[in-house]
Amino acid sequence: MESQFQFDWQAAIDSIPFLAKGIPYTLMISFGGLVIGFLLGILFGLLSINKHWYLRWPATAYIEIFRGTPILVQVLFIFYGLPDLIGGPIDPLVAGIAAIALNSGAYISEVVRGGVQSIDRGQTEAGLSLGLSRTQSFWSIVWPQAFRRMIPPLGNQAIVSIKDTSLFSVIGVGELVRQGQVYIANTFTAFEVYFVVALMYLAITLSLSMVLRYMEKRGRASV
Amino acid sequence: MTHIVQLKRMNKYFGKLHVLKDIDLAVEAGEVVVIIGASGSGKSTLIRCVNGLEEYESGHLEVDGHKLAPKGGNQESLAEIRKEVGMVFQQFNLFPHLSVKKNIMLAPMKVKSADKIVANATADRLLERVGISDQADKYPSQLSGGQQQRVAIARALAMEPRVMLFDEPTSALDPEMVGEVLDVIRELAKEGMTMMVVTHEMGFAREVADRVIYIHEGQIVEEGKPDDVFDNPQNERTQAFLSRVLAH
Repeated sequence: MESQFQFDWQAAIDSIPFLAKGIPYTLMISFGGLVIGFLLGILFGLLSINKHWYLRWPATAYIEIFRGTPILVQVLFIFYGLPDLIGGPIDPLVAGIAAIALNSGAYISEVVRGGVQSIDRGQTEAGLSLGLSRTQSFWSIVWPQAFRRMIPPLGNQAIVSIKDTSLFSVIGVGELVRQGQVYIANTFTAFEVYFVVALMYLAITLSLSMVLRYMEKRGRASV
Repeated sequence: MTHIVQLKRMNKYFGKLHVLKDIDLAVEAGEVVVIIGASGSGKSTLIRCVNGLEEYESGHLEVDGHKLAPKGGNQESLAEIRKEVGMVFQQFNLFPHLSVKKNIMLAPMKVKSADKIVANATADRLLERVGISDQADKYPSQLSGGQQQRVAIARALAMEPRVMLFDEPTSALDPEMVGEVLDVIRELAKEGMTMMVVTHEMGFAREVADRVIYIHEGQIVEEGKPDDVFDNPQNERTQAFLSRVLAH
């Protein structure tokens, strides 16, 4: 049977205003989740290389659990599972942000660990020999250098997390994919709508890539 | 007592490896002690113990009246000791993310809460002293090895240390840059800075040292005035070492 399909440009254009309502949600979940994820990543990344086993082990457990299970399962667990435990519903937006935060936090922990460990020991020794405390040596000498090396993998994780938010249509957050599904239910223009949805993700991730390239270039100028 | 650095029966292990064996060493204020020995003999480890970059297992360590206990003991004086002891490393260990001047200003501002204007003036003065005022705003990677090591010396001096430790300061340098770094160290010696210098530059050792110490497998096997140690070594290990390094 020959396909009679023709791309309906008008349908694609018409869908834009409705789909665009999902963008703030996608951005909110991504941004909120990644900011918290970055803080979790710093915390658990540094704990995972602490010399005390009782700090290292819980951090490693967190990292392994959230890297080793699918983010879809994580968000379903938070949204449908946790209410049983806490005895009340969880806002889907909050559940989405929490899932991105916990999931990206685990990956970012590894980025932080790798970045910090890549800095030569001599840098800390130079700081200590000048009289700086361990904390001072870390935050004014090691961290700024490590952070610069962390920018490319952090950017990578940000892009992964932005795309991961698309899975949260399952818990009914009105993000991009969810908006698309709702729109298609009325218009039956799946091809056009998902095409536009894909373009919107691409616009977000490409803008981010450009910002990251700029930051990398600026960081490299001085090292 | 004018001993500013004092080590008594100091022992240090790396795991099972006994790297420093009953080291007894007292350095007077203003004295320049040069430590020589084969690689792996423990000479770098010895000076790294003086500012607590390495912990030691047993014995006694005192720097300018501050006692630093062996591993597991009271380390309270560590901060004080590090303020008084400057160190220059083989690999310079400059901070690559900071300009030359900021490298020098960092410790006075963080550790001594020095005013930025004062720290800046100190940095200018020290850069002039080591002969690289024109490089103040560059980053370390833009400098030659010899210039980087001179910045590292200026950075240590900015804390106004009473003792300077040099851990093979010219070993990572191209031969043509060794001289400019040795000149700066020589100048410091003339000004009366107390120094402990680990080096492979025998000519320099002979010229600048008040006392030369030869370490073999973690033990001080010979020490004395440079002319005595170099011209008339008593211990056969020292003789063997010197004939090896002075042969070429």
